Amino acid sequence: MGTFDLLLQGLLAAMEPMNLVYALIGVTLGTAVGVLPGIGPALTVALLLPVTYRLDPAGSLIMFAGIYYGGMYGGSTTSILLNTPGESASIVTALEGNRMARAGRGGPALATAAIGSFVAGLIATLLLAFIAPWVVRFALSFGPADYFALMVLAFITVSAAFGDSALRGLTALFIGLALGLIGIDLQTGQTRLAFGIPDLFDGIEVTTLAVALFAIGETLKIACAPTHLQEQVEAVKGSVWMTIEDWKRSWASWLRGTFIGFPIGAMPAGGADVASFLSYSAEKSFSKHPEEFGTGAIEGVAGPEAANNASAAGTLVPLLTLGLPTTATAAIMLAGFQQFGLQPGPLLFVNNASLVWALIASLLVANLMLLVLNLPLIGVWVRLLTIPKPWLYAGILSFATLGTIGANAAVMRIGGLAFSFELLLLLAFGVLGYLLRRFGYPIAPVVVGLILGPMAEQQLRRALAISQGDPAILFASPVAMVLYTVAAIALLLPLFLRLRGRGQLLGQLATDED
Amino acid sequence: MTDGGTNATRRPDGAALVIAVVLAILAAVIFWQTSQMRVVAVYARVGPTTFPYIVATGLAVLAVATVVSALRGSFPARDKDNYGPMFWILGGLLAQMLLLFPAGFSIATGVLFALTAAGFGRRRFWMTLPAGIAFAFVIWLIFARGLQLSLPTGPLESALVSAFGALAASVGAA
Repeated sequence: MGTFDLLLQGLLAAMEPMNLVYALIGVTLGTAVGVLPGIGPALTVALLLPVTYRLDPAGSLIMFAGIYYGGMYGGSTTSILLNTPGESASIVTALEGNRMARAGRGGPALATAAIGSFVAGLIATLLLAFIAPWVVRFALSFGPADYFALMVLAFITVSAAFGDSALRGLTALFIGLALGLIGIDLQTGQTRLAFGIPDLFDGIEVTTLAVALFAIGETLKIACAPTHLQEQVEAVKGSVWMTIEDWKRSWASWLRGTFIGFPIGAMPAGGADVASFLSYSAEKSFSKHPEEFGTGAIEGVAGPEAANNASAAGTLVPLLTLGLPTTATAAIMLAGFQQFGLQPGPLLFVNNASLVWALIASLLVANLMLLVLNLPLIGVWVRLLTIPKPWLYAGILSFATLGTIGANAAVMRIGGLAFSFELLLLLAFGVLGYLLRRFGYPIAPVVVGLILGPMAEQQLRRALAISQGDPAILFASPVAMVLYTVAAIALLLPLFLRLRGRGQLLGQLATDED
Repeated sequence: MTDGGTNATRRPDGAALVIAVVLAILAAVIFWQTSQMRVVAVYARVGPTTFPYIVATGLAVLAVATVVSALRGSFPARDKDNYGPMFWILGGLLAQMLLLFPAGFSIATGVLFALTAAGFGRRRFWMTLPAGIAFAFVIWLIFARGLQLSLPTGPLESALVSAFGALAASVGAA
């Protein structure tokens, strides 16, 4: 059956009423968390993991993907109206978008962001649908050594290639890998690093770690920051519709952003923030009005917003076809698949074809919903920005602990004291999240290390079992050699650039949260 | 405003040295715990201990690199943070953890809510505490009752649910 037929079948499944409801919940939640500063799609998916445990797998995954897409839409609203990005991929949008809003052109800025996101989401999701089967055909021939090389590449690109320090990126990754060691070893049944605590036998819950690092770490950082910035929400004045001139200046930027963002997401080369930054530089050099950059150029909103949505779709290529997460959100979505006993990778397309194609098709549906949710309803989302900080963060922490208690509600007793061990872990990781932020360590590699570490270990041991312990097998296949070469370049090139004093550029490219 | 070393001063960064020590301790704990494991001969060469040793070695190398980085003062400049708000919020999390089983989800989470709001400067507990408990009770109703999530039930939840039940029964009878 051709890709087209599979996609059509997927569309039929996606149009089932229950799946439409899941997609709608996903995009609504996603937009809301994208709008709210301090929480992003990674945290939201993590919070929902324990909640969706008893729900339908296809529906839950459709909802998670909706949150991912929605987060990319919602983030732009905050950037444009508040000058504080709602999530990390919208930092660049604030540069031009907020200037436009101050000049009374907030409406067209929001419109070009939303329509650009739609165009990019549509093209990138179709690219995902047509490229994925090719990758799957290629990946079916991969052996354990190739997978291990692929994961090493993902580790390097997530932790060391971008950001302002390879040392701190790798340290964050190894903290995640160390946490991934805790629990019962799947192959031999031996417990590792559990210190006799029963709650640790199953390993560290992804939900607990992600919620602690993202929600609690961020809340502590904001609460403790010495100066509270004066934040001014710009009212949307005048028409939200774009003029013919706006359309003329936007459409090429949307397409450029899409074709910059998709490959960056698809190849493990960094997250949506990298894509949006590159798109911004491209727009600056392509623009017929370079003098407007810095004072509110519409291209500087259109391009990056298209790029961050396209890269979100691109991220799903390695996630679905290879089981390889390249962003924190993708890593947590992988945990979501595993929760339902599904393992993303080439075999998913063989064994669960209908689920995969329903998921891909529902992204098209979600994209359309988002356009409707974001353009006419923009006023509702702006209201969210006026919630006072004490109430907002008190609410966020209440929800954050909800997911953790839901993931493991067991009671631990020491002496006469009955408490939740999972909440103790949450507290400890929350402090860790604060310290990581304080000393400039990235967060995403910790989460990716926790989830991908045990998988990398399995592939490594499988490969070494085949060769009876001879490590030469790791470098035996041409695929693995190519992957290691790319990984070495991704590690060494930034080091070289930093030595040459170009480190600041890489710092701006930091792959941070989502 | 920076309390750590910057490139200008090249003073060793004390906090960064502490990070290096913590990484080294982490590596040592993994080495020690892994060496204590009893490994079946079949897995002697490649087994459950291989990967922990790799991770521990990596952490040890990173600890050394962090020392170098700290001595060169190449950590990013930091602002002096206020720790007052942090104690409110951490106190809230601790209170929730200890109250969860005796008092139930709503009261424990309501306390967390009020203490977090206090951390952000809203100290009127007579307002934030009831608001937080009410908010947490609504969450409990939706997730524990609606979505079957296991959230601890305390006296407040039992009382309110049985009150609702009695109300519904009397309405039904009338």
